[in-house]
Amino acid sequence: MIEIKIQKQLHGAHGIMDLDIDVKINNGSFVAISGKSGSGKTTFLRILAGLESAKGFIKVDDEVWMDSQVVLKTQQRAIGFVFQDYALFDNMSVENNLLFVKKDKELAERLLQITELTTLKKRMPKTLSGGQKQRVSLCRAMMQKPRLLLMDEPLSALDSHMRLKLQGEILALHKEFGTTTIMVTHEPSEIYKLASRVVVLEQGRIINDGNPKDILLKLSGSQKFSFEGEILEIRKVDVIFVAIIAIGQQIVEVVVGKDEVHDLHVGKKINVSTKAFSPIIR
Amino acid sequence: MFEILLSLEYTPFLLSFKLAMLTTMILFLISLPLAWYLSQTTSKLKPVLEAITALPIVLPPSVLGFYILISLSQNSALGSFFYEVFGIELVFNFTGLVVASCFYSLPFMVQPLQGGFESINKNILEASYIARKSTLQTIFYVALPNMKPAVLTAFIITFAHTVGEFGVVLMVGGSIPEETKVASVAIYEMVEMLDYEGAHIYSGIMLVVSFCVLLGVYIFNAKSKKIGGFI
Repeated sequence: MIEIKIQKQLHGAHGIMDLDIDVKINNGSFVAISGKSGSGKTTFLRILAGLESAKGFIKVDDEVWMDSQVVLKTQQRAIGFVFQDYALFDNMSVENNLLFVKKDKELAERLLQITELTTLKKRMPKTLSGGQKQRVSLCRAMMQKPRLLLMDEPLSALDSHMRLKLQGEILALHKEFGTTTIMVTHEPSEIYKLASRVVVLEQGRIINDGNPKDILLKLSGSQKFSFEGEILEIRKVDVIFVAIIAIGQQIVEVVVGKDEVHDLHVGKKINVSTKAFSPIIR
Repeated sequence: MFEILLSLEYTPFLLSFKLAMLTTMILFLISLPLAWYLSQTTSKLKPVLEAITALPIVLPPSVLGFYILISLSQNSALGSFFYEVFGIELVFNFTGLVVASCFYSLPFMVQPLQGGFESINKNILEASYIARKSTLQTIFYVALPNMKPAVLTAFIITFAHTVGEFGVVLMVGGSIPEETKVASVAIYEMVEMLDYEGAHIYSGIMLVVSFCVLLGVYIFNAKSKKIGGFI
């Protein structure tokens, strides 16, 4: 069990903000941290890693990592960290990036095998693609068999194909080692696929905490589908109006009645939902 | 032509290069922690330290030489301490030259190293701490290998600048043959004694050596496609 209760004053883009997080995490669980940018997600991870100071306490099983008397240095905490920009050691080969953490050739081989990097182990990081680099970074984070694996938007710089592949690998590593994992991500599909719990932050506080399915499925009443989108354009077609709406990576057209159109304008964030109909999935 | 070259006294050059080599090595050891501290600190003292470090660039060498001479002579606390405890005189000998050169060339070692450290992605250093490596291990295994052009620049510029110094050397060392008479001082004396032939040869050698060294640095830096330091 990891018990965390931290406070820190942050100087964010919207002035001063109080980060105030109180959360308990079960061993072996996979927790996703979600929330708008500037909500304190990355700072939260950095405090756990000992890269930033804060008030409060962090307790991992019986070991105190931080309280009013003790503050363990980053080097003393058994953590793995995966950065968004990979942060590989450019002067070392793939294999040596792993062995630099711990001289355990067997574990390095096993990790490289799980992530299909064995053939690339002698290559230098600069010659690798983004997806390959992030896989190396993931392996490197696992090298000291961390008690806590922290990932800061590890897949956000990759294309969707690579993302899917890496999601699979993250899941495989999680199953193999059972490491307690905290991952910052915006992607609902990623949260749903990987996490057993999602914690949503806003302005430095937890505003939602629970099962990904309950939190991500934003349905109310008899709605069957509900999507968040942004209005790109409203056009008048004969007697009706057509709104062009961006939902995720897709653009859709929705018919809007005369009386509804007054409340809508370009750029407005809206919710598109529908009730009874049978969708066709191909 | 060859006879002139063969009959030439090369001790001043040897002295110059010996002085430059020692200064560069000592300064690397001194500057490494200083440059690292300056690159990582957010302290309000940082600009003060940076200004002090950069002073030798703007001060006239005679001013610097004068202060060093005063503070190292046996009449000063520091000078008398070294003389009484270690039996070392710090002025008008080679040891004094090394000490003076270390002050004079300090910014030329610190600034490229600091620039190099600052150019390294902070996450890489943090990744090393997370891998349970100490600051010292991080500097030697992660930071320095990823800023080779900056390190090379620091070495070469410090070396070249020490070879090229004149004012400080003359003030602190005087011109004692085989002890403190380095190449630049020797050239000055030749010109004073109207020995233009010797001055030509000495100056020509300095020019060619300096050019070759700088050319080598630029070729290396262009090859590694990284800009480190301020060269």
